[in-house]
Amino acid sequence: MKQFILKRLGLSVVTVFLVAVIVFFLTHILPGNVARQYLGRGATEEDLAEFRRVFGLDRSLLAQLFGWIGDLLHGDLGQSMQYRGPVSDILLPAIGYSSKLACVAFFLIVPISIAGGVIAAMNRGKKIDRAITVGGLSAAVIPEFVWAIVLVLTVGVTFQIFPVSAFPDEDNRSILNQIWHLILPSISLLLVLFGYIARITRAGVIEALESDYMRTAVLKGMTRRKAVSKHVLRNALLPTIAVIASQIPYLIGGLIAVEIVFNYPGFGTILKGAVDARDYSVLQSGVIVSSLVIVVFQLIADILFAVLNPRIRQKVTE
Amino acid sequence: MSATNIPTLELRSLEVAYTVRGIDREVLRDVSFSIAPGEAYGLVGESGCGKSTAAFAAMRYLPRNGKITGGAIFFEGKNIVEMADDEVSGLRRSAISMVYQNPATALNPTIRVGDQVAEVFQLSGVSKSDSLAMAQAALVQVQIADPAQVMRRYAHQLSGGMAQRVVIAMALASNPRLLVMDEPTTGLDATVEAEVLDLVRELRRDTGTAVLFISHNLGVIRNMCDRVGVLYAGALVEQGATADLFNNPSHPYTVGLLRCIPRGGLHKSADRLDTIPGTPPALGTHFDGCVFVDRCALVEDKCRTVQPQMVNVSDSHVARCLNSDKASAMPRSIEQIEYASQSGIHATHNGDTLLSINHLSKVFTQDGHKVQVINDVSFNLGFGETLGLVGESGSGKTTIAKLVLGLVSPEEGGVVTLDGKGLAKTLNRRDVHDVGAMQIVFQNPDQALNRRHSVTRIVGRAVERLRGFNVSDAIDRAHELLSGMRVEASLHSVRPVQLSGGLKQRVAISRAFAGSPQIVVCDEPTSALDVSVQAAILNLLVDLQKQDQTSFIFISHDLGVVRYISDRIAVLYLGRVVEFGTSQRVFNGPFHPYTEALLSSVPNVDGTIRKRIPLTGVVPSPSNPPSGCVLNPRCPRKVGSGYESLCESEEPDLNEVEPGHFMRCHIPVAKLKQLQS
Ligand SMILES: Nc1ncnc2c1ncn2[C@@H]1O[C@H](COP(=O)(O)OP(=O)(O)OP(=O)(O)O)[C@@H](O)[C@H]1O
Ligand code: SF4
Ligand code: SF4
Ligand SMILES: [Mg+2]
Repeated sequence: MKQFILKRLGLSVVTVFLVAVIVFFLTHILPGNVARQYLGRGATEEDLAEFRRVFGLDRSLLAQLFGWIGDLLHGDLGQSMQYRGPVSDILLPAIGYSSKLACVAFFLIVPISIAGGVIAAMNRGKKIDRAITVGGLSAAVIPEFVWAIVLVLTVGVTFQIFPVSAFPDEDNRSILNQIWHLILPSISLLLVLFGYIARITRAGVIEALESDYMRTAVLKGMTRRKAVSKHVLRNALLPTIAVIASQIPYLIGGLIAVEIVFNYPGFGTILKGAVDARDYSVLQSGVIVSSLVIVVFQLIADILFAVLNPRIRQKVTE
Repeated sequence: MSATNIPTLELRSLEVAYTVRGIDREVLRDVSFSIAPGEAYGLVGESGCGKSTAAFAAMRYLPRNGKITGGAIFFEGKNIVEMADDEVSGLRRSAISMVYQNPATALNPTIRVGDQVAEVFQLSGVSKSDSLAMAQAALVQVQIADPAQVMRRYAHQLSGGMAQRVVIAMALASNPRLLVMDEPTTGLDATVEAEVLDLVRELRRDTGTAVLFISHNLGVIRNMCDRVGVLYAGALVEQGATADLFNNPSHPYTVGLLRCIPRGGLHKSADRLDTIPGTPPALGTHFDGCVFVDRCALVEDKCRTVQPQMVNVSDSHVARCLNSDKASAMPRSIEQIEYASQSGIHATHNGDTLLSINHLSKVFTQDGHKVQVINDVSFNLGFGETLGLVGESGSGKTTIAKLVLGLVSPEEGGVVTLDGKGLAKTLNRRDVHDVGAMQIVFQNPDQALNRRHSVTRIVGRAVERLRGFNVSDAIDRAHELLSGMRVEASLHSVRPVQLSGGLKQRVAISRAFAGSPQIVVCDEPTSALDVSVQAAILNLLVDLQKQDQTSFIFISHDLGVVRYISDRIAVLYLGRVVEFGTSQRVFNGPFHPYTEALLSSVPNVDGTIRKRIPLTGVVPSPSNPPSGCVLNPRCPRKVGSGYESLCESEEPDLNEVEPGHFMRCHIPVAKLKQLQS
């Protein structure tokens, strides 16, 4: 098992490194004179040279790359071109905000979608099954930022059930109130991801319901309910875990879009600002951070999958 | 407890239907039988006749689209069709259990075996800790080696035989008064099957449980059951005490089934196999008269309009046929073929060697370990000869076939020579002629045929590739081949899904013959087929051999089939040939101790009781073969032979013990003969 985790860990490191290299070259190959863009037409040659020196743009590409990666390894994300301050000062609080949103979204989406899938499977062919499957798929067709806008306009503005801003006012920033404010943005993500996760869960549960071991359990005299909780769920949720993990990048993409609509000072909003301002150092670090998150979750999912599945667990311990 | 005159299980005029595309289709038609306490009742019939449906109905566990449309099922006098769900669950917990085919999937892959067995006890109210102890005791009862350790394993860590023992332990845990067994040994090796059947017999003697025993294997049924019912198209067509029914079958279907099986040492040189013409009716077909009209050799006009009733053949034996008195003397059904006029079928091989393989070995690397699966195998195959390969699963039968075909390459020193010419080790280095000269037919035609192509296209492409024909010539040749294999012209343009298993296998055989092969390897070609279809395919193979002098390497776990079709036989154990000789010699003895045990494990349709020579324990892993003779830990003849120490220290050579008869054993053949007489 240890070996398996180490191997996966190694793979993850390689992945992140490759992402770093690719991101670096992409941003540096982009056309445009960075210094000139920042300093404007009026800047003198000296100003430009100074700018390049400060941001290390006067070195060779490779030197820049290794310098940047070296800094990253020391936890130094570099200097923001736009804000003229350390990138970490800008990114870290934003990441904090985004994590809150992601947590709320995750804890809303996963149980609800899985429950939906299980309910659909248990009532296969009935109305409720059709409602969940068809409803889920239709909802997923609409992008999350459109949902976000629709939600803001309906339950937010018209019915005023949920606050339209994702960020509470300064006078009440209790945890509960923060969560309350994050529910609406999470729902817009839920609407998009629900159909997908529910469908996979449903398929897994149906397969397990029709399995021979389920038949064995029922023929032992177990009630269906008990047999489902003891024999179906664990096996059925295995594939679902893998699917949820594979949806993490999507969730992150969705977060970015939703944050922008709700004007939430998270990672996505900062990243968008960086794109608009061509703030390469923030952009680069942002991408690295998100790839890190994706890789970590994939790793967690893989390990979970192996722990729950004796066949794989045994293979990896050998 | 019930009074003894109340049957444990009674099906009374049971009707079951499956709803397919909105229409109810009849699967069981007016089925009635009863099982007395302690009795073993067997249900036989070909695939799709409704055996499993009857079994699951008895458990009141039908598929989602299945329903009971008429009749009743009584368990100890109570109609379970009308019972509330709770009450049925209660019965399953305490009085009725089921064991079915595929033990490996019957166990939950993510829960330890011990916990799954313990669950049965917990359901009847035993505490968790007590239940684990009881589970272990249950595993002891089914004679599992090292039960404490097995308790902690997962399903995939068990062999097929062990998994079936666990499932049986689970079924017996509730001390059931009725045990329903649906093909409990299908898919297991003959030796394992014999052990499981012994176990069931023993447990029955100890517990007095009534058993509904379902199998398509008539030999197994004959050996396990007190009474037998024969199902055809969902109708019970004959029923009787086992010996009565087998010795005096009185329904044309039963007679036909028994005649299809190669038995009593029948060999292809002596006679063709009988078949049952036609195919079973589609699900839900309606009959005004007898269900067997379309395939019956004794059919008369009245059969089409009158529903035959059960008539008494003897006190304990009934048959549902208007002509039951003529059934046992009914005319034989051997497919007429053009050259049937030639007198008899005689061995066609002339003794010249076509294929010779010398010193083939194969080592696979598994998880970093070297595993020798084939160990120095050599044999010859003559023109028009059939060589049978037999042995338990894992003995290397398929690997040898793959080595010959070049699908895997042998280790250094191994040579395959075809018609005097040494062949390249791997397929992609052999030329078209050599590739076409050797073809293979697999067990499962579903996987072997491209489901997107028409039958003609499947065969035509092989002709193009192997014979270099252009497209239109290839299609002509494909039609010719298919018609030769008796695939009707109307079926040439359909896709494989629309064909029955037997027809698919004919298509696969047609494709194998596309390049006019000299050798066709048949890897369990009839194992997935019903006996009547099997007989037709075996007849076809023999015809082809006669026509073209084709040679076969024939792999099967069914020893009756191998005996029928083979001229010579190689018995394999752990990648070694332990016995080699003519079909006659290998089956009539003197036997190698392994062959002896293997043969004695086959349940016999003829009802003669043979003393079983048990092979104890399991096949050892080829990654860690025993020292000395590889059979020695399991050998039934070693102990007391006086050769024990030699057996344990030195591997015997393959010696010619009689002209043309080879054995790998330290015991001299004369002594073996004496021991076996
Ligand atoms: N759920 C189902 N829906 C529709 N048809 C079914 C269903 N289950 C079985 N059948 C059909 O009902 C018939 C009887 O099936 P059943 O499984 O009882 O046969 P069997 O005698 O057990 O066959 P086998 O020897 O292959 O196990 C077959 O024609 C089969 O194809
Ligand atoms: S009743 Fe007629 S068709 Fe049916 S089995 Fe008897 S002879 Fe054949
Ligand atoms: S050599 Fe010994 S162990 Fe091997 S088969 Fe002969 S008697 Fe048995
Ligand atoms: Mg069946």
